[in-house]
Amino acid sequence: MDLEKQRGRNAALAIAAVVVIVGIPLWWRTTETYRAWLPMTQIRELDSLHLCLTVEVEVVFAQGTLAPDHQKKLPLSQVREQDHHVDTETNLKYRYETKYRTATIMEEDALNQPTPAEADTALHILSESACGSVVVYVLPASSNLLAEGVNVFVGLKRTALVTFEQRTGPLQAVLSAIDAEVEPVLQTMSFGHRDIIAALSNRIRLAKLSKESLVDSMRAFKSSPGYEITFSLLNPSPQYHKVQWDIEGAVQQYIQPLLDKMAPVSNFSVDSQILYYAVLGVNPRFDKTASAFTLSADSLAHVINPVEARLGSNAASSNPVLNFLLYVPDPQHSPLIIRDHRGQGVSTNAFHSPRWGGIMVYNVNDMYDKDTASLPVNLNIDMSKVMGVFLAQLRLLLGVHQVRPPKGFEVQGPGNAGVADWELDRLLWSRSVENVATASATITSLSQLLDEIGNIVINDNIAQQVLNAVTAIQAAIAELEAGNLAFALQYSREAILASECAFFDPSLLHLLYFPDDQKFAIYIPLFLPMCVPILLSLLKIVSEVRQKRAEKNAKKD
Amino acid sequence: MMGSLNILGILTVSFVLFHFSVTQTNDVEGRARQFFRSGHTNNWAVLVCTSRFWFNYRHVANSLSVYRSVKRLGIPDSHIVLMLADDMACNHRNPKPATVFSHKNMELNVYGDDVEVDYRGYEVTVENFLRVLTGRLPPSTPRSKRLLSDDHSNILIYLTGHGGNGFLKFQDSEEISNVELADAFEQMWQKRRYHELLFIIDTCQGASMYERFYSPNIMALASSQVGEDSLSHQPDLAIGVHLMDRYTFYLLEFLEDIHPASQANMNDLFKVCPKSQCVSTPGHRTDLFQRDPGSVLITDFFGSVRKVEITMETIDLTAAAEPLLEEKETRVFAEDSPTQMLSYVDQLPVAEIIHQKPKQKNWHPPDGFILGLWTLIILIFFKTYGVKHLKHIF
Repeated sequence: MDLEKQRGRNAALAIAAVVVIVGIPLWWRTTETYRAWLPMTQIRELDSLHLCLTVEVEVVFAQGTLAPDHQKKLPLSQVREQDHHVDTETNLKYRYETKYRTATIMEEDALNQPTPAEADTALHILSESACGSVVVYVLPASSNLLAEGVNVFVGLKRTALVTFEQRTGPLQAVLSAIDAEVEPVLQTMSFGHRDIIAALSNRIRLAKLSKESLVDSMRAFKSSPGYEITFSLLNPSPQYHKVQWDIEGAVQQYIQPLLDKMAPVSNFSVDSQILYYAVLGVNPRFDKTASAFTLSADSLAHVINPVEARLGSNAASSNPVLNFLLYVPDPQHSPLIIRDHRGQGVSTNAFHSPRWGGIMVYNVNDMYDKDTASLPVNLNIDMSKVMGVFLAQLRLLLGVHQVRPPKGFEVQGPGNAGVADWELDRLLWSRSVENVATASATITSLSQLLDEIGNIVINDNIAQQVLNAVTAIQAAIAELEAGNLAFALQYSREAILASECAFFDPSLLHLLYFPDDQKFAIYIPLFLPMCVPILLSLLKIVSEVRQKRAEKNAKKD
Repeated sequence: MMGSLNILGILTVSFVLFHFSVTQTNDVEGRARQFFRSGHTNNWAVLVCTSRFWFNYRHVANSLSVYRSVKRLGIPDSHIVLMLADDMACNHRNPKPATVFSHKNMELNVYGDDVEVDYRGYEVTVENFLRVLTGRLPPSTPRSKRLLSDDHSNILIYLTGHGGNGFLKFQDSEEISNVELADAFEQMWQKRRYHELLFIIDTCQGASMYERFYSPNIMALASSQVGEDSLSHQPDLAIGVHLMDRYTFYLLEFLEDIHPASQANMNDLFKVCPKSQCVSTPGHRTDLFQRDPGSVLITDFFGSVRKVEITMETIDLTAAAEPLLEEKETRVFAEDSPTQMLSYVDQLPVAEIIHQKPKQKNWHPPDGFILGLWTLIILIFFKTYGVKHLKHIF
């Protein structure tokens, strides 16, 4: 064999070897996308949600409610569980850990107040109950602390007062009787099954929701890390009315306590503005019988849109905005009354729109005498009345559930505190569950997306966020099971922030869809000219070897 | 003190228990059922024009006419994301600047006085469009450029431009495929970024763009089937280009008759622009949509009819004592006292402005004309008198 031919053959083989051993791995490594490691097994576990919500209930027996022999057996605790199988992937378990004990001397003193509200405050001074727990004080039936016809009083601070007839019999029977009394209290003060199902509306089919909870979930804003609240005063005729409102003081005094209490749920930012020459888009009709202008409930839907174009919003944040508008009608259309569907006037003269905000009409025609006053008239708005309505609307829009207590219940209104502790607890329960459900849905769909599309780059920061979210979800579920509502909410908030951050990261944009023919169109001009000579020379070598072997065989014969 | 009962809640429940068939009546029960009929609380619109260059005037006019209708029916600018790939109103070739017309003889100016374009010119790219839809925008994006919809939002998406079988061309340099669009909608659904979606596309072979959708609650309309071209309507001889596409022209005519309280439904929308008027065959797809199209109002997507509830309860608040307000006032005054009174005039260096020295101009070497002139003179001189005089000059 020639030396040259030999050399040529070696060269071809060496080139082919380099291409295969060095070239192909190099090409593979340089064209693969960086994908950081994600905890896929843990994420797959999150797909099925098994929540256990634990409520710590304390039942305190005052003097005269229990027979002495029963009193000796206290304190004791019981656990009651309810299982709800929602669908194939979601299971709920409610645990009520009830501790029964007798009242201490100081608590007896506190219960000796003239009104139930004062008793409530006195009891609260003695001990502060943990977030999410419920304390029920059982009073003898002979006690005249509660009013006529009322046998349950729900205070502002997670305590309830219940009257109970002393009865004889085995302790277990007495405890079951008390449980039957306490059950409606728990349904009012702690979460209800309906609320939890509504909070899980992301995961489950809507057909399982009741109509009322559907309305509630449509009205309240979804859980968000921050909200913006804007108060606007609309003055369509500043030439007649010079309207002053002390909005800063009013917000500080009436709204801020509610927002401070809700700080664990989300951040709030409040601002206000005054709009002049802003008119409602609807013409009110004059009603002679009431000698007032009326807006019917049907026309209210068209009021909001023309006004909304003039309301600004903070360009920098993408938080949902709650708008509260106060409209002072011009003298030509005063007084302006809102009529409901049945044609009757509404005492608050206000209406609200789900997930948007509220509008209140404030009539000023009786604050000055039309004929004698010199224009423009200086008018001061009574902020407590206005804020009372706005606060009610704010509570509805933020998701504070409306309770419909059964007969015989007296529920103390929140007053200046804005929201009662147990109302806040109800909100915290549904928000925690909602956050956990949303975060786990986000993480599972993100992992599905990343799995399906092999071309997306997964950076380290995304992997870190996903890991944070997964650990936070697991921690939140554990805290819910342990009954620590405050911690559960905190973890669920962390979980939702991390999962949203990971899902909406700008680097995850799926722009890398290449149809197969485009892939071929890119690679063929690069590789074909290089591979064809190599392949052909390899084929030539193989055919020569074969020929030689055939010759050798022929020679042998 | 009795807690306030929610009368409206009980009313709603009782109404629902009695009447749950969906009929189009205007009575009291009809209003209460409004909540459950459509299930949405707010409306958004994403209107995209993907072509540039003056001869694609009609695509910008298409998008602007839908924008105009949607605004007229109530959706505010804060809920509209308008993407126009080129500026026709202020184009150098526009004989009537600041206008975009949709009818020949310049009857209807769809540009209007308060148009708000969110993405303009080269910002309209496939990437930005997908970012708006999926929400993966960089944190510095302002609110007006974001689609901040939630799980009870009805979104209208309108695309127009040049398209083909399975793709839509953006800016003459890139394209979006129907698979990408379907995946984007699926990601929106995963994050519950819409309640119902109406997708309208006015391009050639538009029906191919909605073939691949697989997410629920999407209704799609296209101006032409696969293999057909969407044609333009009429040219205006003064402006010199075609003003509108046929499908959107008849769509605009249809929408001009709709007002916010109108009860027209989607079946009427499907009948817009039959083959006799449009030459191409408009198509629609409703299999992914859960409600019957006959019960879906036009204003569910094109307008923004808000649901309202009367506020029945109020919180009793007691006004605080005066000291709170006084403290605030004194605090405010203390901050306000200025350390030094500044007058407005002193803040501007007026003396420098009025008596300023003439601006120093940088020296530039002599430009071409002077150089050429001197070269010519020197050449003629040497040609005439010979090169030996060169040493006298240099």
